[in-house]
Amino acid sequence: MSQDFLLSLAQAITKGLLTGMVYGLMALGLSVIFGVMRVVNFAHGEMMVVGMYLSWAAFEYAGINPLFSLPVIAVIFFGVGYVLQRGLIQPFINRPEHQQFLLLLAVATLVVNACLAIVGPDSRGIQLDSQFDSYELGPLVFDAVRVHAAIAAVVIAGLLWFFFTRTRIGKAIRAAADNHMGALVVGLDVRKLYAITFGVGAACVGAAGALMITIVPVTPFLAAEYTLLAFVIVIVGGLGSMTGALLGGLLIGVSEAVAGLLLEPSLKSMFSFGLLIVVLLLRPQGLMGRKDSR
Amino acid sequence: MKTRALVTLAALLVFLVAAPAFLGGYALSVLILVLYFAYVGQAWNIMMGFAGQLSLGHALYAGLGGYVAAGLYTHYGIGPWAGVFVAVAAAVVAGGVVGALGFRFSLAGVYFALLTIAFAEFTRIGFDNWAWAGGSGGMFLKVERGVSDLVNLRGGPTMFYYVILAMAVGIFVLCRLLLESRLGRYWLAIREDAEAAQAVGVPVFWCKMLAVTISAALTALAGVWNAFYYNNLFPETAFAMGRSIEMTLSPIIGGLGTLFGPLVGAVVLTGLGELFTDISDQFHIPGLKQIFYGLALLVIIMYRPAGVWPWLAARLGFTERDK
Repeated sequence: MSQDFLLSLAQAITKGLLTGMVYGLMALGLSVIFGVMRVVNFAHGEMMVVGMYLSWAAFEYAGINPLFSLPVIAVIFFGVGYVLQRGLIQPFINRPEHQQFLLLLAVATLVVNACLAIVGPDSRGIQLDSQFDSYELGPLVFDAVRVHAAIAAVVIAGLLWFFFTRTRIGKAIRAAADNHMGALVVGLDVRKLYAITFGVGAACVGAAGALMITIVPVTPFLAAEYTLLAFVIVIVGGLGSMTGALLGGLLIGVSEAVAGLLLEPSLKSMFSFGLLIVVLLLRPQGLMGRKDSR
Repeated sequence: MKTRALVTLAALLVFLVAAPAFLGGYALSVLILVLYFAYVGQAWNIMMGFAGQLSLGHALYAGLGGYVAAGLYTHYGIGPWAGVFVAVAAAVVAGGVVGALGFRFSLAGVYFALLTIAFAEFTRIGFDNWAWAGGSGGMFLKVERGVSDLVNLRGGPTMFYYVILAMAVGIFVLCRLLLESRLGRYWLAIREDAEAAQAVGVPVFWCKMLAVTISAALTALAGVWNAFYYNNLFPETAFAMGRSIEMTLSPIIGGLGTLFGPLVGAVVLTGLGELFTDISDQFHIPGLKQIFYGLALLVIIMYRPAGVWPWLAARLGFTERDK
């Protein structure tokens, strides 16, 4: 193997790792929602795309850097997620899976086509000054935007970890996830906790969208792809596990980047789906999932 | 079934058989869509509605069936009536693999559904890069105008209408027989409580395998019909997740696990779809039709979560003996 090849491989891996952090943040939202409520958010990629559009619009019309519009988008997503859970999803919590699936499918259809109706089918990207910057570490070159996005994703994941382990509400949510009946018995307002959880999950994916727009331009058609990608990541990492989602994100990010280098680019998601099938069969609870969480 | 229901069913059948004589081209094409969705919905219903196994990757079987029959026809001149056996065999093998892996490792619910999606996507990307099948450029069947060749399934809409009508009637009868059979009872037992079924001696694994393979085989037939009706196949649409989801809608909206659900759901959804196309054509806003469609799905799932048919059947005074 030539020196050049090894270098480009290392380059692809680092690129995959950086993108993978943003993937991980996106998947974190899905994982949190499923882990607590046992509801699979089939509208996840659609929410991601809305986050990307909001961030794009803030930059396009007000010149706001995505890193600064991100907190606002996260707050908006939290509010919308909270209301969505309260109004639509709560009545479906104990319904059969196929009914939940159809409900969220309807939401997804509405969201993605609203994007299409408002913004149109054209691809929308942003041009940041930092897009041409890069950091060098030895022979490796890191795109500045990817580095910034990955750092932001790590910070947000850290905040989330703090929320779930150090705050009263976060602990209460985990308690409700572990033992629904017990949480009711000790007087926790589980409905409210569920709404907060959905809000937090939505905020994660909104933030991930705001970061992703600095790396890839957005079209409405990306939505279904991101939903699938988020599924693959959380299954590989372990549905309901936060570290699993991040690890899965990194793994898929790297596998996509490496597959894109070694194989035809169109084959790169085949790699991810192959990985998903293997994990489902050998370790269906995912890499970091607990056995009983299945 | 009450006499009233039987009379209605007979009247419906007479109407459907006579329809091409008095319906125009557009109405007939809509009716073809209804029957197609009723058929694939019923095929999917066997797996989810009867046996309780959620598949969101049924496009895999339809796509495989279509590609195999179309490929044999265009590459080797083997007609669809012979090719259909190979197509069904391919789908049965695919269903068997998905089922064996999923059920052996006891994946259930969402996890099984994701496995089915993964296999469909995997196959889609494979066909995208497979030259024999035309790759992402697609596979095309030769269009011959003015012929009505039932042997090679080359002909006009009326011929395809009768073929899909026969398929829809056939699958309806088959599903009724299945439900009455021992296997059907086993399926319902598994759907309601797989562990209890296992405990009383139901061969759960093999019953689930039969559900997935029968469903896959019947779905492949729809795929063959679809390929010859539209004369083209693209991996992006034939194996798309959207195609799989489309197949689940009629039975869920109509009433999961019921015999009439898929048909009622297909009528409701196709009707709404055509209506929304008409309305949104006035406005020229992209995605408007889908927005209406999404709203309709939302309203139905919120207010009739068990489907339209059980509610409608009670309203019409038919006895509801479907489970």
